[in-house]
Amino acid sequence: MTQTTVPQEDPALLAAFEARIAAGESIEPKDWMPERYRKQLTRMMAQHAHSEIVGMLPEGNWITRAPSLRRKMSLIAKVQDEAGHGLYIYCGTETLGVDRHDLFNQLLDGSAKYSSIFNYPTLSWADMGVIGWFVDGAAIVNQTVLAKASYGPYARAMVRICKEENFHKRQGFEICATLAKGTPAQKEMLQDAVNRFWWPSLMMFGPSDKDSPNSAELLKWRVKRKTNDELRQRFVNLTVPQAQAIGVTLPDPDLRYDAATKNWEFGEIDWSEFWDVVKGNGPCNVERLEARNAAHDAGRWVREAALAHAAKNARSVSAA
Amino acid sequence: MAAHEEEEGGVAAGEAKSGVGTVAGPRQAPLAAPLVEYLLRLGDDRLILGHRMSEWTGHGPILEEDIATANIALDLIGQAAQLLKLAGEVEGKGRTEDTLAYFRDGVQFRNCLLVELPKGDFGDTMVRQFLFDAHSVLLWEALAGCGHAGIAGIAAKALKEDKYHLRHSSEWVVRLGDGTEESRARVQRSLDRLWKYTAELFAADEIDDAVAALGVRVDAAGLRARWDAMVNEVLARATLTRPAEGAAQRGGRRGRHTEHLGHLLATMQSVARAHPGATW
Repeated sequence: MTQTTVPQEDPALLAAFEARIAAGESIEPKDWMPERYRKQLTRMMAQHAHSEIVGMLPEGNWITRAPSLRRKMSLIAKVQDEAGHGLYIYCGTETLGVDRHDLFNQLLDGSAKYSSIFNYPTLSWADMGVIGWFVDGAAIVNQTVLAKASYGPYARAMVRICKEENFHKRQGFEICATLAKGTPAQKEMLQDAVNRFWWPSLMMFGPSDKDSPNSAELLKWRVKRKTNDELRQRFVNLTVPQAQAIGVTLPDPDLRYDAATKNWEFGEIDWSEFWDVVKGNGPCNVERLEARNAAHDAGRWVREAALAHAAKNARSVSAA
Repeated sequence: MAAHEEEEGGVAAGEAKSGVGTVAGPRQAPLAAPLVEYLLRLGDDRLILGHRMSEWTGHGPILEEDIATANIALDLIGQAAQLLKLAGEVEGKGRTEDTLAYFRDGVQFRNCLLVELPKGDFGDTMVRQFLFDAHSVLLWEALAGCGHAGIAGIAAKALKEDKYHLRHSSEWVVRLGDGTEESRARVQRSLDRLWKYTAELFAADEIDDAVAALGVRVDAAGLRARWDAMVNEVLARATLTRPAEGAAQRGGRRGRHTEHLGHLLATMQSVARAHPGATW
């Protein structure tokens, strides 16, 4: 993609917009907004929607193998919620003047980004617990803050979505707690899943503040409210006591409590892995996009039929 | 090879004749108590169909259908859990809905063949669902008023869910039938392939007679007539041709399944069976 030039905004309009932001007002679709604001929001919301859609795949992978009927139903319901969130946020982007089909095509052709966590494989049933606990937990930390973002439609979507994510996180943690009390094989399965998902979950908050190119502007316009590092620390502080409660270890020998800052200090994140996965070289990047494209291609005749049928109906209604 | 020869040579012709009484067995394996069999049939139909539907989650032709198919799978598996739980209670041997779902082999499953066939393309799935839904709605209508409180309760709730499923699947059959040339050809093929499995939905046997005596009575002939009318109406709107009645495929009610069921169960039961006795 070529870099688009930043349009010159009318200084008076920009000043009025920034004053509204500073006053804590929410920006609505019909309000004037700088083009950069529109672009940043579209980028964030689209990434969020794509993540929900791609996120259906690693969990969908275990629906057919869930070990009890109750777990099978709650996993289907969770993945269904993700489809709902995706749809809801895609519709939200349309308030910014974007066509959701264009965004969807960007996901399919690989030009759009989504959360890298979904490029890791799900290898055991315990992953369904750990994804709920860590990944939905991390999403909640992010989204609770986004629920106070300046763009009204996104903030309101976050309020609603956060409620469901909270439920998913509790459900995931409960799967983990059950495994932690289970047989030696179940405990081993759980610890292995924790070991695999801990670091990628910390990476979900994005690059460190010093390497986050978009953060300053997003913070100024209250698209973001906290920096990546602040949110990451909050997640670690919330999660460590939960790990202690169910008796699993976290794969970080440097993890220690700092009484002065009241933070759980953690070791160095492997940023080369992060950038590798972002650039498309993670364990499942290719498989995830292939799966989405396969579904899209196999569904083409269905969508064409639905459109053709609707057109016939419209004709017969107008003829009547 | 030596062992084989010994086996063949080891039994003299005369001994084999005198052992006739111990060799002759019943033509079919014995069935469980009628009400248990009946509940397993109802429950297994919905468990297996729900499982097949859940295979679509995340792979649908449009996002809205990912939501709809997941919802239908959820309803069906929820109904199955209730029916299998009741089956276990009536049986009285301590089997739960989970032991019934996860620790029976294929030949012990009682679902009809229609529901275990692979999901195929979206047209196959919707035609199968439509044929099943039309039957299921009529069946629940009958059972909601039956003389067994447990079954009647499940039926009343399931009826509401299945009416929605039927609306959804029949709308898709119409859309795909009366859509493009390609979609009509595809969905007509689905209908032609699946038709021979529909007769099993209506096949009544001694289990149906026995549960009728317990107050679980369904007018099979009346149900068939209403199903025919319902199906004909939707197929007409879909501009599809109803296949001629030919040789039917059946056997699921007595555990004689297609080869597909074994693979489905191998997947479904893999985690549960790898950890017998574990709690999830």
